[in-house]
Amino acid sequence: MSLVIHNLHARVVGGQEILRGLNLEIQKGRVHAIMGPNGSGKSTLSKVISGHPDYEVTAGEVLLDGVNILGLEPDARARAGLFLAFQYPVEIPGVSNANFIRAALQARLGEGEELDAVDYYGDLYKEMDKLEIPRAFTARSVNEGFSGGEKKRNEVLQMAMLKPSYAILDETDSGLDIDALKIVAAGVNAQRGPGIGMLVITHYQRLLDYITPDVVHVLVGGRIVHTAGPELAYELEAKGYDWIREELAESASA
Amino acid sequence: MSDSLLLEAAAIPGTLPEWFRNAQSQAAARFDSLPMPSRRDEFWRFSNLKALDPQDFTPARPVADEVAQELVAQSAGVAAAAGTFVFANDHLISRTNSSALAAQGVLWMPISEALENHAGLVEKYFMRSEPALGSSKHLALHLASVRAGTFLYVPKGVHIEAPLQTFHWLAGSGQAVFPHTLIVAEECSSVTVVDWFKSTGDARNMACGVNDLHVGPNAKVHYISVQDWSRQTVSLNSNVTEVAQGASALHLGLHLGGVFSRSESVSRLNGAGARCEMLAATVADHAQEFDQRTLQEHVSPDTYSDLLYKNALYDQSKTIVSGLIRVEPEAHRTDAYQKVRNLILSPDAEANSLPGLEILADQVKCSHGATTGEIDAEELFYMQARGISARDAYRLITYGFLNEVLERLPEATLRETLQSALRNRLQGH
Ligand SMILES: Nc1ncnc2c1ncn2[C@@H]1O[C@H](COP(=O)(O)OP(=O)(O)OP(=O)(O)O)[C@@H](O)[C@H]1O
Ligand SMILES: [Mg+2]
Repeated sequence: MSLVIHNLHARVVGGQEILRGLNLEIQKGRVHAIMGPNGSGKSTLSKVISGHPDYEVTAGEVLLDGVNILGLEPDARARAGLFLAFQYPVEIPGVSNANFIRAALQARLGEGEELDAVDYYGDLYKEMDKLEIPRAFTARSVNEGFSGGEKKRNEVLQMAMLKPSYAILDETDSGLDIDALKIVAAGVNAQRGPGIGMLVITHYQRLLDYITPDVVHVLVGGRIVHTAGPELAYELEAKGYDWIREELAESASA
Repeated sequence: MSDSLLLEAAAIPGTLPEWFRNAQSQAAARFDSLPMPSRRDEFWRFSNLKALDPQDFTPARPVADEVAQELVAQSAGVAAAAGTFVFANDHLISRTNSSALAAQGVLWMPISEALENHAGLVEKYFMRSEPALGSSKHLALHLASVRAGTFLYVPKGVHIEAPLQTFHWLAGSGQAVFPHTLIVAEECSSVTVVDWFKSTGDARNMACGVNDLHVGPNAKVHYISVQDWSRQTVSLNSNVTEVAQGASALHLGLHLGGVFSRSESVSRLNGAGARCEMLAATVADHAQEFDQRTLQEHVSPDTYSDLLYKNALYDQSKTIVSGLIRVEPEAHRTDAYQKVRNLILSPDAEANSLPGLEILADQVKCSHGATTGEIDAEELFYMQARGISARDAYRLITYGFLNEVLERLPEATLRETLQSALRNRLQGH
């Protein structure tokens, strides 16, 4: 059981190629981290997997538990078990957070099935408490006027409610103060387990102190160029990305 | 002119005061002599005038008893209302109101009863202002034909917590109704009133209504009208809200029904520190046309008005919002805002915005703006990324767009009732 990304090539519709033959396999029960310089294609990878219409896949496949999801609409991919915590969560005026999450859960039920409102609010409050999100946020419009950190917590809340089988967290740590980071990391760790595979995109080894990854990948120029254990994050933190770029150049010229 | 309208007008129940009978016959003559509106007239630019001819309609006949019972059963409206009146085809079919109201000196009764028992009071406020937004002919028709609706008088210092509501039902076909609402709130009083305009079936009918609010010094009035006539109904509605010194008014229209729906709304800030919010949320689909004309008239200094009109347009629907802010020479330090937002959900829909400003005073803060846009692609993707289908996402985003207007209403229970009416209206899209 895994999310397999095989030889993925993608570009902005009608524009330049951003992902150039990317290979990655995320097994259920494991946490993978991706690090990489700005503009290397990390967010693009997360959006292509989720089906964002700005991008087109020119080659390769993405298999969710063996099923190619690239032909599916973004909502069908999500219902198949995929979740993306956005680097920049979107504001939706006039739609309350509680109604939004409820609609997302309702979308997973069959025709004629109704979500039980009492159970729903019970679950929602429980998860909000874990993430120390005040109750007032149920009635507020989705992400509207939320601080950067509140938006990120709200992403983790949605993940907790939707219980995906594969989750991509795109810089969920950025914009968080130390206390919030601990809370969010605890929230993510609580969701860790054999039923979920996670891909954590981050620039900072700091996050990985709290969410210890099983594997760390480096993404440069639209490809995974290096894979190692959690110690790689420290190496990158200490040395930056240049040494990887140099190694790449050497192996290319060799 | 269809004479039958006037013949029927005499059938208003009770004994009418002389001033009213005179006003009615003068209005009838005025209706006959005034020309039909023309598109050359500034107030009728872009309007579809074909829909407007009252010749096609006769005054509504009472409904059968079984129908009346059924309609009363369907007139729940907002839970815990302080009272509910139900009219069907301009005939009163049910009234319930708490006895506490009368004990506080509140008068709340059918307009016919008020004309009979409180003629002097009604005369002081009944349709006193000159039509300002173009509907002279239809206002004359209303006055000549009115026989149903409610009169509310809230004495000085009385606060009515729960909303008062009136249902106006329209049944049958080719029928015309002339619903009237007159609210007088004396100094330091407060009240919230809801009018529901609804149809049985979807035949072609006509409604020509007036709702006028008089908000006394330091009083507070919230008035909500839910226009949910059948999709074939021609609707004209005219509102004047007079706001006195230190008083505040909130006027909210939820516009859902009708084939052609014209609404005119004037807020006159007549007293230092008067405040008014003018709000409207409109769902337009198929060939529906919503023609909305507004005037924010600042007469006194330190007054405030804030208009937010939002339209969601599907199919071949059309909306017009023509709004004027007028700041009179004495009205220094006025704050006046006007925002029109159109959400276009179909390439065939047409939204027209015609803002206007006339500023004759000093130190005035005014802004007006109209925007027209489509569903935001990132909002859509965000929703889909949570598993919500594109269709549901469209509906939810549209709901949110209009709900921002409803969110301005502080009364939670009432707001939820309107939200569910909005949700129902959007089902199927
Ligand atoms: N929709 C788009 N239109 C045009 N260019 C795009 C688009 N999306 C991504 N790009 C470009 O593709 C490259 C990769 O962008 P991406 O957002 O995936 O980087 P990233 O690795 O997530 O960077 P960061 O660490 O700064 O978040 C960048 O050069 C970016 O400008
Ligand atoms: Mg990024």
